[in-house]
Amino acid sequence: MGGRPKRKYERGAATAYISRNRARKKLQLSLPDFRRLCILKGIYPHDPSNKKAARKGGQCPQTFYLAKDIRFLLHEPIVNRFREYKVFVRKLRKAYGKAEWGTVDHMRDNKPNYTLEHIVKERYPTFVDAVRDMDDALSMCSLFSTFPRSGRCHVSSVQLCRRLTVEFMHYVIAAHAMRKVFLSIKGIYYQAEIQGQEITWVVPYTFSHNHATDVDYRVMATFNDFYTTLLGFINFRLYQSLNLTYPPKMEVVDNQVGGEVDYALENEELMERLAGLSGDVVRVVAADAGNEEAELDEFPVEGDDEGTEGKKRKEEAQRLQNLQNLFDGLKFFLNREVPREPLAFIIRCFGGLVSWEPTVCIGATFGVSDETVTHQVVDRPMVERTFINRTYVQPQWLFDCVNARMLLPTADYLPGAQLPPHISPFMKEGQGEYEPPEQLRLRALQRGEQMGQPTVEKTMEKEEEEETDGEQVDSEDGRGSDSGHEEMEEEEKEEENKLQEIEEKMQKKRKVRVTAGRVKEQNEERVAAEQALEEKRLALMAMRKKDRHLYSKIMYGRRKKEREANKLAVKRKAYEDTLKAAKKGKKRR
Amino acid sequence: MAAHVRQDSLPSVTRKRTNGSSEAGDELLLFANTSGGQDSKTCIDEDEDSSDEESSVYSGLEDSGSSEEEEDEVDEGRRDGYGSEDADDNTGDGQEYCESEQVHEVVGDGKLPERDVAADLPVPAENKPAEDEYECDTSDEEDIRNTVGNIPMEWYKEYPHVGYNLQGQHILKPLRTKDELDAFLDKMENPDYWRTVYDKNTDTDIKLTDEQVALIHRLQQGRFGDPNIDPYEPASEFFSSEVMIHPVTNTPAHKRSFIPSLSDKEKVSKLVHAIKMGWIKPRLPRDNTPRYYNLWASENPQAIMGRHGMHVPAPRVPLPGNAESYNPPPEYLLTEEEKLAWDAQEPQERKLNFLPGKFKNLRSVPAYARFVQERFERCLDLYLCPRQRKLRVNVDPEDLIPKLPKPRDLQPFPTVQSMVYKGHTNLVRSISVDPTGQWLVSGSDDHTLRFWEVCSGRCVRVVSVDGVVRSVAWSPNAAVCLVACAVNETVVLINPFLGDWLVCQGTDGLLASYTPPEEAPPQPATWAAADVTDNESGIRLTIRHSKPVKQVTWHGKGDYFAVVVAESGGCQVVVHQVTRRRSQAPFRRNKGLVQAVAFHPLRPCLFVATQRFVRIYNLIKQELTKKLMASCKWLSGLAIHPAGDHVICGSYDRRMTWFDLDLSTRPYKVLKHHRKAVRAVCFHKRYPLFASASDDATAIVCHGMVYSDLLKNPLIVPVKVLKGHQVTRDLGILDVTFHPTQPWLFTAGADTTVRLYS
Repeated sequence: MGGRPKRKYERGAATAYISRNRARKKLQLSLPDFRRLCILKGIYPHDPSNKKAARKGGQCPQTFYLAKDIRFLLHEPIVNRFREYKVFVRKLRKAYGKAEWGTVDHMRDNKPNYTLEHIVKERYPTFVDAVRDMDDALSMCSLFSTFPRSGRCHVSSVQLCRRLTVEFMHYVIAAHAMRKVFLSIKGIYYQAEIQGQEITWVVPYTFSHNHATDVDYRVMATFNDFYTTLLGFINFRLYQSLNLTYPPKMEVVDNQVGGEVDYALENEELMERLAGLSGDVVRVVAADAGNEEAELDEFPVEGDDEGTEGKKRKEEAQRLQNLQNLFDGLKFFLNREVPREPLAFIIRCFGGLVSWEPTVCIGATFGVSDETVTHQVVDRPMVERTFINRTYVQPQWLFDCVNARMLLPTADYLPGAQLPPHISPFMKEGQGEYEPPEQLRLRALQRGEQMGQPTVEKTMEKEEEEETDGEQVDSEDGRGSDSGHEEMEEEEKEEENKLQEIEEKMQKKRKVRVTAGRVKEQNEERVAAEQALEEKRLALMAMRKKDRHLYSKIMYGRRKKEREANKLAVKRKAYEDTLKAAKKGKKRR
Repeated sequence: MAAHVRQDSLPSVTRKRTNGSSEAGDELLLFANTSGGQDSKTCIDEDEDSSDEESSVYSGLEDSGSSEEEEDEVDEGRRDGYGSEDADDNTGDGQEYCESEQVHEVVGDGKLPERDVAADLPVPAENKPAEDEYECDTSDEEDIRNTVGNIPMEWYKEYPHVGYNLQGQHILKPLRTKDELDAFLDKMENPDYWRTVYDKNTDTDIKLTDEQVALIHRLQQGRFGDPNIDPYEPASEFFSSEVMIHPVTNTPAHKRSFIPSLSDKEKVSKLVHAIKMGWIKPRLPRDNTPRYYNLWASENPQAIMGRHGMHVPAPRVPLPGNAESYNPPPEYLLTEEEKLAWDAQEPQERKLNFLPGKFKNLRSVPAYARFVQERFERCLDLYLCPRQRKLRVNVDPEDLIPKLPKPRDLQPFPTVQSMVYKGHTNLVRSISVDPTGQWLVSGSDDHTLRFWEVCSGRCVRVVSVDGVVRSVAWSPNAAVCLVACAVNETVVLINPFLGDWLVCQGTDGLLASYTPPEEAPPQPATWAAADVTDNESGIRLTIRHSKPVKQVTWHGKGDYFAVVVAESGGCQVVVHQVTRRRSQAPFRRNKGLVQAVAFHPLRPCLFVATQRFVRIYNLIKQELTKKLMASCKWLSGLAIHPAGDHVICGSYDRRMTWFDLDLSTRPYKVLKHHRKAVRAVCFHKRYPLFASASDDATAIVCHGMVYSDLLKNPLIVPVKVLKGHQVTRDLGILDVTFHPTQPWLFTAGADTTVRLYS
């Protein structure tokens, strides 16, 4: 009993959270500095559990930070750097005003700057943590590396971003870490698996950006500061893990095509050559083929006598290896109009050899007329000069092959052909979402079922159509979308019809008769289903209120999803119908 | 004195300009001394005020800048005894300054202002006096033909002369007889017109010589005045790379060169001090390329540096779906209406933040216009968006459904509608089954009671009464055949003469055996035997109350029955004894409106349900034993489990509450099965069943097993939803009751039917 009386706002949410303004005052920083600090240190506002208490009875909405976070910022050495910078700017302005150019020069030389290594280490205590958070860093760096070398941000930062992304790409190539690629309308998505973490990043198409006025480039630059530091250290570590030298060097290639002596300045040429992605990077220890992939040992799993678990894992590993060597032994030549970098990157990731016109970029290793070229990637309707011993494909073929984890038939991807839809590889199977028929076909193909083979079947179908007015296509297509249940019902109906016909015939023969009462047929399945449904309904009645609420929420979400999927399915059906009608109309004419 | 004046010449200039030229001569003199250049300027272009100001400022600045030198000169001048020397010197300066401007003017006009030219040029020979003391003096070109000095020449406008020569004689103005025409003719005809300049001082035209013209040309071209100077002649290097054997100068080295310089020493010490104090930082080596190393060389996963448990990692950007593809399947493309709808939506409301598009090939894919914005938005999300850890329930909804025993295992319970009793013409308010289970009575708003045979569905008897039948109740005693029904203010006791004839006869006998007491005690209701006509229809007794009667319910023994009178505040519950024809009101007042009453099946207790509470009174001790808090707004009915320890109440706010009297006065379970108000509830006498009827025209049968083990809670499982009635006038089923022996359920609906479910 006794003790100090409890007062309001002395514990709980009122003290655990601190508003932004108060935090700023506590740190004695201006708002831009505070923002920069938050960005660099990864401090973000929290939504207090009890907003009213956190506001201490106030009415206006506020942003709250965790008081602990702010206390943690108090000891940040970088805050002092900010202050130094502020003083520096003030002094510089004064010197300018007095036109003391010598002082200005001197001060410029001693401009205070900060490093962010300690923050990286602090935010990511282990390497895996850092790798897990790479998504945004990579996307941002790839964006910055496409910025023009003037205007929006410092040239040095653009160059640094470019360097880091190229280094990372070389790592992905060397580690065979690429898993999925996707051509979206926003850019190209890549997904790599590094240290067991799935890293996804997006690279814009190589066009100039229309710089919007509603974007604060300073904020992005601050983020980029941190991300470049992070990415640099990650790159170093990744290179180390593969015994590659860092900074990367290209292995000397003799068979260079074209006179590229004066391609670039001497200091830039190395970078350009790296960015060409045509060759391997130098290793510290010479690569040993046997050493690279560790064999999977078998571990007996308890309660698993036949070793199915081990088998599964082995199969998985085998599949992965197949993917990693997808383009092994293939030689690609990229035409001028094809985006060179993403394609070269993908081909090299999956073990292919690639070259391009020497005028496009440095580092081309063979020319168009090389006899050993197996594929030429073309993105224009017709090619003037064709070689008979190579396949001409559109760039989407490469992407689809990677996502399908197998070499697809090239018939659909010939130059000028109408391409099959490009399916996102990021859709998970069996989440109640709509899956387009192409995806289903691809899945079947991957499972090794023969129902797929879309191209062969299609051609067959076309031939058949010509003969039989496309009746078979109807049935074929119908089977894909309908469930088996309906088929059964249809069969039953057919049988019934037959029985009825027979009965009618019999009735016609005999005129005088005594009809036996027909037993009302009961569909046992249906009855059972109805019963189960009723039981469920009754059980729902007996649910607790809380559970019922949650249940209805979940079911609402599911139903919504289902509705959307249905909508898409209906749209698809309508599209196919119109397509068919158009075909028929053509034929009649 | 002169130096002093010079120092504050600038303010004096302004003063002069404000006062005008009519200032006192003394001051003017001083003024002429200080800034002759400025004055000469004013005399040349008088109306150009702006240039005047400029020059004055300029001269003032120059004065302040070179005051030291001039002081020296002044001293020299004094020593020489030449007071005016200094002034002249100064004037010359000013003229030189003016000269450059004047040259430009010449270019513009094609005519030289003669004042300056005359000042600059060597004086022509014919005008020169013989004894020219300034002959060799080239720097100070004082015009010696006219001695008036540096004054505006218009002061002599009205005189015939323009000044005085050195001898003090008038210099007469030459005769000017030329008019404009002559001047023009002169200009046209005189071949030397272009080299003729007007001398203001002597008011004469001077023809420039060829040398003078050549000089002017040279000056205009920016060359040396002297044609003999060759600026490009080879220079002989004074200091050359070759080491000479002789020194350049033969002077001995000064002492200074052997002693360290004091001023240097001072400067150096200042710098050293500044470096020591950290005011000046030595230049840092600049290397912008960042250095990377193995940052995670010694990583300790246990060390959560600076971070706390409240860290919420940022959610990842959702991965792109098929709709984002550059070549999506056709169903993902938006139709025209969808596009319009998309456009009309707010950007933050849109499900897709882009418009799906299909491109025929990769080369036709354009840049995505909002790429930078989307990255920026992600940045904003990362550092500005408040985060909160939300417990995401990853529950399989099937797990939420309670695992109840299968209804099939809980049989028997009514499952199908097997009989419909039709006959009433208005809604049926109340039904009751006789204790043998053979007969059913229903009371309706069409002022009749109908007696039905349960199994055949035949209406065996119709009894008309004079009012709406609100409630009917068959006496639970199998030895008597008596039905109580509430009609308006009266309760009518009817002997329907159904079933065993002996029992019916016995009932009549029982009623007839009543002998009224000597003195009738005051009663809350009046008993009256039925008249002859009524007697024929089966009515035996009528009990009249002061207000309409809402409900009738029998005690288990069949002798007592309780009624609820719709009288607010007063005694709403009256208990009647049939054999002694006695009535008593157990409560003087009831709190709230009594909705229903019921007798405890075993103990002498009365349950009184008001709007929100159920009160249990012990009739022997005459006290309140329990007050059950039904968690609902308005109770509609109550039923008591045959064992007497459990009560269910229905309420108009859709709920049905189950009370376990041993457990608590709060409901053990609140069941919210119906979609509309619950009208009636009932327990089965033998089977563990209870039912509820509602306005949504359904009756729900639940399995309600009560265990004799006190530690085991009752098991309540809904087993069947019975449908069949129609909703009429927003009313569904009004009453429900179980068959006494079979698992059958009777319902009375507002659609004028009574139905049997078995």
